[in-house]
Amino acid sequence: VTAQLAIFFILAVIAVLGALSLIFQRHPIHSALSLIVVMVALAGLYLLMGADFVAAVQIIVYGGAIMVLFIFVIMLLNAGIEERTDVSKLAGIAGIPLAVALLGFLAAAVARSSESAQGSGQMALASTKEISTMLFREFVYPFELTSFLILVAILGALVLAQRDN
Amino acid sequence: VNAFLFANATLIITLVKVALLLFIVLTVNAYLTWFERKVVAHMQSRWGPHRVGPHGLLQPLADGAKFLLKEDPTPAGVDKFTYFLAPLMALALALTSIAIIPFGPNPLPWKIWGQDVYLGITNLNIGILALFAITALSVYGVALAGWSSNSKYPLLGGLRSSAQMVSYELALTMSVVGVLLMAGSFNLRDIITAQSHHLERGIFGWNVWPQILGFFCFFIAAVAETNRVPFDLPEAESELVAGFHTEYASFKFAMFFIAEYTSMITVSCLCTIMFFGGWLSPIPELPWLHFTHYLPSAILIPFGLWVIWDGIRYETIFGRVVLPAIGTVITAIGVVLAVFPAVNEFVQGPFWLLAKIGTFLFIYVWMRGTLPRFRYDQLMSFGWKLLLPVSIANVVITAFVLLMRGPQ
Repeated sequence: VTAQLAIFFILAVIAVLGALSLIFQRHPIHSALSLIVVMVALAGLYLLMGADFVAAVQIIVYGGAIMVLFIFVIMLLNAGIEERTDVSKLAGIAGIPLAVALLGFLAAAVARSSESAQGSGQMALASTKEISTMLFREFVYPFELTSFLILVAILGALVLAQRDN
Repeated sequence: VNAFLFANATLIITLVKVALLLFIVLTVNAYLTWFERKVVAHMQSRWGPHRVGPHGLLQPLADGAKFLLKEDPTPAGVDKFTYFLAPLMALALALTSIAIIPFGPNPLPWKIWGQDVYLGITNLNIGILALFAITALSVYGVALAGWSSNSKYPLLGGLRSSAQMVSYELALTMSVVGVLLMAGSFNLRDIITAQSHHLERGIFGWNVWPQILGFFCFFIAAVAETNRVPFDLPEAESELVAGFHTEYASFKFAMFFIAEYTSMITVSCLCTIMFFGGWLSPIPELPWLHFTHYLPSAILIPFGLWVIWDGIRYETIFGRVVLPAIGTVITAIGVVLAVFPAVNEFVQGPFWLLAKIGTFLFIYVWMRGTLPRFRYDQLMSFGWKLLLPVSIANVVITAFVLLMRGPQ
């Protein structure tokens, strides 16, 4: 358990540092790279919880496909270093209290759920088989509807891209 | 010390295996360049490397020394961090993927510190998915190298490569779904075991026959993913100088080079494991065909003798010493295999696996010597309009047939 805890904290620190670097980097490519670090660290956390399949898919889909598109677009547009603008007044006044409130809610939720998880004892293992059974038996309609929604979005993007011709 | 070794046996054995495999892969990489230059040269009626060492066998060492000793300038205006990160990423990811490949069915005939030692570093249940995850990340090495060089040609190369990899990754992933459906597992060992139900059929028990469409899609998409001819647009030398690695010199260039050759080896391993029965023999497993188990000896002994014969007549004195020595070692291995049946049985699996991997590496080189490069629009329409639909159709057909046959 201690080794697991140590790995958890290492990965968690990497993820948080990556997220901070994502915000504070001035260049879009560096921000995108930081986001990849966050994705891979999260995949490591899933792996630690025994969710092999989710971890692999996290890297393939988020770390691979989506971030490659991000980087591709940044490279294609040849985006330069961002300019810092003045912080908007709303964010300056309400930002920190709202962030603290969100953190508080999340911490409370996590604390409550960890109590119930300790009560039930075993941590749920998300194996490939269980995930596919859930997706294609119990949640088959929401799953198919989501797929349909994504398809519609893709077609919409195609129509928008070809409007000039 | 002994107690410590027993307590941490798994860890130590794994570390030793990692070091050993790293050494083997890097050596094979070096000699793969020699092999490629020789084969392409003979296809074009040339001799290829033949000055450094007998038959140019020391050429890889000379190249390695050159890579290490050359000046390594960093161009002005590069994005330093990313410029150094890119070759590291490319090499690290390419080498990592080899760790998932199993190289033989049985553990070593003897136990080390009470542990069975299997050939291959890990045995992941999500094997093939982990490989795809690594492949998905390896795009960044090329794309970032292109961007961070801050120069026109590398940028174009990097753009091309990311577009190409995104396009072919879909077909690559879809084309193996048929194999996964037939095996019912992501584990590479299970995928080979699933092809071993009909050992008496030999070569006709492999996945390549029911999955012939999947195999073609997979192999083509994998060649495209490794940026090899005819899909080497990211480094098309006639248009882009050297593409994404134009601004890299010395060992950083060598790192891209090693990464490319390592991913060639990985793809050959994957083709072998998923479609060509991995370590299974192509010869039917029948009692009267049992003598074919001596095939490794029957190949190694004549080859070793030929190397000795060729070496004795070689023109340089160095060759007259080294070549017969190599030949003697090869012959000795062949004799050991023929004399000790236990060793021979153990070698059967790795022998066939390596033979098939070697065949695929030869096909890679053969394609480089034969095929012209694709045009960019051909590349895109080929990937999206042919490979992707065919691989999806393959998934549907396989699923349908498996459903009709019912659970076995």
